[in-house]
Amino acid sequence: MWSIIKARWRQGYRTAPYPARPPALPDRFRGRPELTAGAPAAAFVPAAAACPTGAFTASAGAPPALDLGLCLFCGACAAACPAAVNFTSEHRLAARHPENLRLTPGCKPPRAAPAENSLRRLFGRSLRLRQVCAGGCGACEADSNVLGVPTFDMGRFGIQFVASPRHADGLLVTGPVPENMRLALRKTYDAVPEPKVVIAVGACAIGGGPYRDHPEVHNGAAAVIPVDLFIPGCPPHPYTILDGLLRFLGRIP
Amino acid sequence: MTEFARLPNGGVLPLAQLPRLGADRFRAAVLEAVSKSGARLSALFACPDAAQAHLLIAVLALDDQGMLAVTSCAVEHEYAALTPDCPQAQGFEREIAELWGIRPLGHPWLKPLRFQPPRGVPAAAARPAIGLAPFFTITGEEIHEVAVGPVHAGVIEPGHFRFQCHGETVYHLENSLGYQHRGVERALVGGPDARTIHYMETLAGDTTIGHATSYSRICEALGRNRVPARGQALRGVAQELERLANHIGDLGALAGDVGFLPTMSYCGRIRGDVLNLTAILCGNRFGRGLVRPGGCGCDIKAADVERLLDRLEQVRRDTASAVQLLFESPTARARFDDTGTLSAETCRELGLVGVAARACGLARDVRRDFPYGIFQFAQLPVCTWESGDVFARAYVRWMEIQQSLIFVREQLAALPEGDVRRAPAAGTLAPERLAAALTEGWRGEICHVAITDASGRFACYKLVDPSFHNWFGLAFAMRGQQISDFPICNKSFNLSYCGHDL
Repeated sequence: MWSIIKARWRQGYRTAPYPARPPALPDRFRGRPELTAGAPAAAFVPAAAACPTGAFTASAGAPPALDLGLCLFCGACAAACPAAVNFTSEHRLAARHPENLRLTPGCKPPRAAPAENSLRRLFGRSLRLRQVCAGGCGACEADSNVLGVPTFDMGRFGIQFVASPRHADGLLVTGPVPENMRLALRKTYDAVPEPKVVIAVGACAIGGGPYRDHPEVHNGAAAVIPVDLFIPGCPPHPYTILDGLLRFLGRIP
Repeated sequence: MTEFARLPNGGVLPLAQLPRLGADRFRAAVLEAVSKSGARLSALFACPDAAQAHLLIAVLALDDQGMLAVTSCAVEHEYAALTPDCPQAQGFEREIAELWGIRPLGHPWLKPLRFQPPRGVPAAAARPAIGLAPFFTITGEEIHEVAVGPVHAGVIEPGHFRFQCHGETVYHLENSLGYQHRGVERALVGGPDARTIHYMETLAGDTTIGHATSYSRICEALGRNRVPARGQALRGVAQELERLANHIGDLGALAGDVGFLPTMSYCGRIRGDVLNLTAILCGNRFGRGLVRPGGCGCDIKAADVERLLDRLEQVRRDTASAVQLLFESPTARARFDDTGTLSAETCRELGLVGVAARACGLARDVRRDFPYGIFQFAQLPVCTWESGDVFARAYVRWMEIQQSLIFVREQLAALPEGDVRRAPAAGTLAPERLAAALTEGWRGEICHVAITDASGRFACYKLVDPSFHNWFGLAFAMRGQQISDFPICNKSFNLSYCGHDL
């Protein structure tokens, strides 16, 4: 027992001072991309051509746009045309509606709005989520699961993952939703009591990610169940996920 | 062995030199190599062939010689299955039957492996829907079945487990997977293209570096590209950081499964600390963007080397204290010892790889047996333990953690100067070649085999994640165990569902 207490003392207090202070992110972290305002339309074309998922669209006629929901944050567009795109260190990316994920030159993306008052009254201080991996590679799952470790400790905000959908207030879905998981996802959703929320985490769950338009997948959760919150990334940084959850619950302004 | 063409790890073979045997000779040659020379079946797959219906290709790993042996035979609708005489082939042959409609005659359990759309036969051909195919059952008045999944009680990937039990004792476990099937191999045909590297990086998200390295080595082999020394060293660092993060996470999860919370809590956090080290290198915790054909996608700054070394030392101290607690706890040890035991013989027959094999006393490690990249110059000792149980799989991880920490420290302290990448020119893969690469991912041997067409595009790309071999090992480890020990047995293997389902 003494060795356990000694180890506890040694390991110390490790919970980050978030959200009181901004999170510590790696120097090379690729957060929200910014399309340069005033850059000529032609400058965006090579950037769009480099995009592996079709998140970036630009042509001579149409104005350029980047769909954050499909973005893998690989940086290929910025490498192809640094004058047109650059990746900022902004980790706050979540949105309530897919159209709010569409970035244009000079746009100021709105932060995710909190849930309706009725939901916030129920879930604002206690949200139990059932995680469903539907074709996810394990990275979004790991960066969701890690919110339970002492560093992030999402339990202090009343958020917790539970084993049964019957005990849950909603689902946190990852992966592009393969046809082989469609029924299981639907059944898990149906097993969650009303009212319930669905959170799609990662490029796959939002729009299929690298697997977009494969006949084997359904291009994300929204094809099977209604989604209330979209958290982009490949995978999203744990702080991006936590920020999305807390905003949804109205816990941070 | 005239029936085989030999090539080194990461070697290339002109398709014209690929032996094409008759079906009988192919079968006899592969069986003899496996039973007499101790060769392992690293890959067995079919690919469409211009002349014949399909070409069946076997890639054998000759551990004692550090060489790969490749052979093939043309098959039309059926051939005599290898599985009855070579259990390692069971998954491969189920895949061949499911994908191409070729029947391996005499295969004892030809159930679909992934419930994926067939590629060789018309889509209208009858196939069972996922979850509805019959399971391997035991009958008897007191036998009962337990069904688990695909959605499990935890933040974990989906799959279905079916246990045949008598009381508490499990007689057989059948893993029925395929819920994660996203069509990766199908989509790789015709590449490489802009998405190819992203398929590799998300094939099994926790093995981003492992699969991206394998793919890059295939491209480098086919494109005759050489990676600069600094790039090789950084790749090695990234790969061992990946091993560290996952092994530390696994020890924490094992502790959690037996209710030993201090180690679970500390290791869960330390795993994240190691992921953050990878993020110092490339901005992403899983190493996305770090490994690219020709070398690395980004270089490390001198100041970051110091930061990494400092934080690595902190990781070493924290992990040692957390893991020591686990192994010193008699209650945790009591659950680990003699649970889920596999014999070296079973392990050899099933062709298990990685930690699972080394925990049965088999010294199998691609880094030593088929050295590639930086491992040609810096060797890591192979860590083995004889007992084959959950404890062995946990303890081998702990030994590997210590070795990887030393390796990363040494590499960072003596990084070669120069570039990290020699970018390949576009569209320069050699046409009509077969390339094969083995890599020691944190779970074990990763095997990639590519075949290019006349224009240097992938005509076929075979991916074998270590989980593909090892899922069957978990089923065997559960035989005769209490069903309540399934969680720790499962965690002690910690296999990938998406890496298997592709």
